[in-house]
Amino acid sequence: MPHQVSVFAENRPGKIERITGVLLKKNIDIRAITISDSGDYGIVKLLVDRPQEAAGLLKEEGIAATLRDIVAIRVKDKPGGLYEAASILTRSGVNVEDAYGFIVERKKDAVFVFQVEDVRKTERVLSDAGFSILTDGELYLI
Amino acid sequence: MYWNSELETIDRRGLERLQFDRLKKALAAAASTPFYKKVFSENGVAPSKISTLEHLKDVPFTTKNDLRVSYPDGMVAVPRRSIVRMHASSGTTGKPTVIFYTMKDVDEWAHQVARGMVATGTTSDDVFQNMMGYGLFTGGLGLHYGAEKMGCMVIPMSTGNTLKQIQFIQDFGSTVIHITPSYALHLVDEIRAHGVNPPDLGVRKAYLGAEPYSEGTRDKIEAQFGLDAYNSYGMSEMNGPGVAFECSEKSGMHLWEDYYIAEIIDPETGEALPDGEEGELVLTHINREAMPIFRYRTRDLTRFIPEPCPCGRTHRRIERIKGRTDDMMIVSGVNVFPSQIETVLMNIPEVGNNYQIVLEREDNLDRMHIKVELYSKMFQGDMRELERLKKRMGEALRAIITINPKIELLEPGSLPPSQGKAKRVFDNRSL
Repeated sequence: MPHQVSVFAENRPGKIERITGVLLKKNIDIRAITISDSGDYGIVKLLVDRPQEAAGLLKEEGIAATLRDIVAIRVKDKPGGLYEAASILTRSGVNVEDAYGFIVERKKDAVFVFQVEDVRKTERVLSDAGFSILTDGELYLI
Repeated sequence: MYWNSELETIDRRGLERLQFDRLKKALAAAASTPFYKKVFSENGVAPSKISTLEHLKDVPFTTKNDLRVSYPDGMVAVPRRSIVRMHASSGTTGKPTVIFYTMKDVDEWAHQVARGMVATGTTSDDVFQNMMGYGLFTGGLGLHYGAEKMGCMVIPMSTGNTLKQIQFIQDFGSTVIHITPSYALHLVDEIRAHGVNPPDLGVRKAYLGAEPYSEGTRDKIEAQFGLDAYNSYGMSEMNGPGVAFECSEKSGMHLWEDYYIAEIIDPETGEALPDGEEGELVLTHINREAMPIFRYRTRDLTRFIPEPCPCGRTHRRIERIKGRTDDMMIVSGVNVFPSQIETVLMNIPEVGNNYQIVLEREDNLDRMHIKVELYSKMFQGDMRELERLKKRMGEALRAIITINPKIELLEPGSLPPSQGKAKRVFDNRSL
């Protein structure tokens, strides 16, 4: 099961610099980054090649960071690519809590990353429907 | 104009005789309470052997903590069936300080307040709109009963609800208001925002209380509202508002010495200070049946004004309160101790060791911001969880301090370290 690194950050200049600076020191590669913001503060979510190590490094620096379980699936990079997956999730009553996506190869492959309450159930319904679920290793080596 | 000219202009010797009689009675009544029974026996105080007012000094000081320790009724001197009222203020450790009143106590308190109101020229022709909080807080009900006693028509509005306050001033012709200084400044802005010139409303007088404020704030309220503002003083331990009240001279507050024996002490040594010197006010309530309290450390700093007042009242005046000898904050009229906030925060596992309390004034209203560092080990990476945490903190704090602070979550380590005496309270309000 893949993980993302979630980092608590006040909504002030210099925060992304500080986080990415810590990761740079150990040559950690960022695959995707997204920030959810609530005004005063936000959560920076990072998909990196070595999540455990990244979370550990950030914590050592006194930064509030944690690992979250996520679901990552491969979808086709074409109109309707995400719709198919979303339909499966709707039919199974899975609520997507937080999500982002990125393109791996234009017009071909994209990855949809999301948080859900029950990761195992979600992975099962999607793989039953023929979606390819990315494992830790696969995701980070894209 | 006097409410009770005989008592208000009594000569000092007559006043001292009255104080002595009442003190003796109060000591005898207190000897039946679990708290003072112990205090008297430990300090060799025998109420029946008291022969001068000086003997009061044999009784040690009573503190707010003594009231908490005696919770709920360790200082009550009358049977339960004689009590008709209680008030309470919030407590540092969850236990409030509670004050009880008999029917006579409630009535005497109303007389004290009526005295003060009449001393400022209020009459039974006035319509009195009370914008102070009702409930366990003494501010609202204290002046309510006093104003009724002297025959005003009372509009028991309580605080807030600004539109209705303005409408009722207009519809019922309110001439006298009771209000915190910060709310008065806010109200005046709101009145203007409705296209009304505040002096046109016809409010002639405001009683300001429950918060510290400066002479400059009084001037501002008077000028903007076109009224006379009077300072008043009190605290629930000594009944509530009406302990001391300005007369129409607006030059210090007459402390009703037939109700209280007042001392000014050096807050460090506890020694009495000469008349006119600034120190901590210590009060003994000598005219309350349900709950006599001796030598109560008010923690308020003031001084006696030794010169007689041109109004003819013989009761000495105290100056506007200069400050506190402890760290109590007054926020929107509510007494809050930093330790109350700390106790709540430290019981929440997600909160780190560091926090700050920041007080601001926005649109003339007090705002409390609490900045807390998130404890990194408790961070779950979920935004909604953080929102729930903020809500939980807000509710826990509100339950103890009765006001709603704005919670700001900070990254661990972002506040200055807390070794030693960390400065945690930042009061950015200008008085």
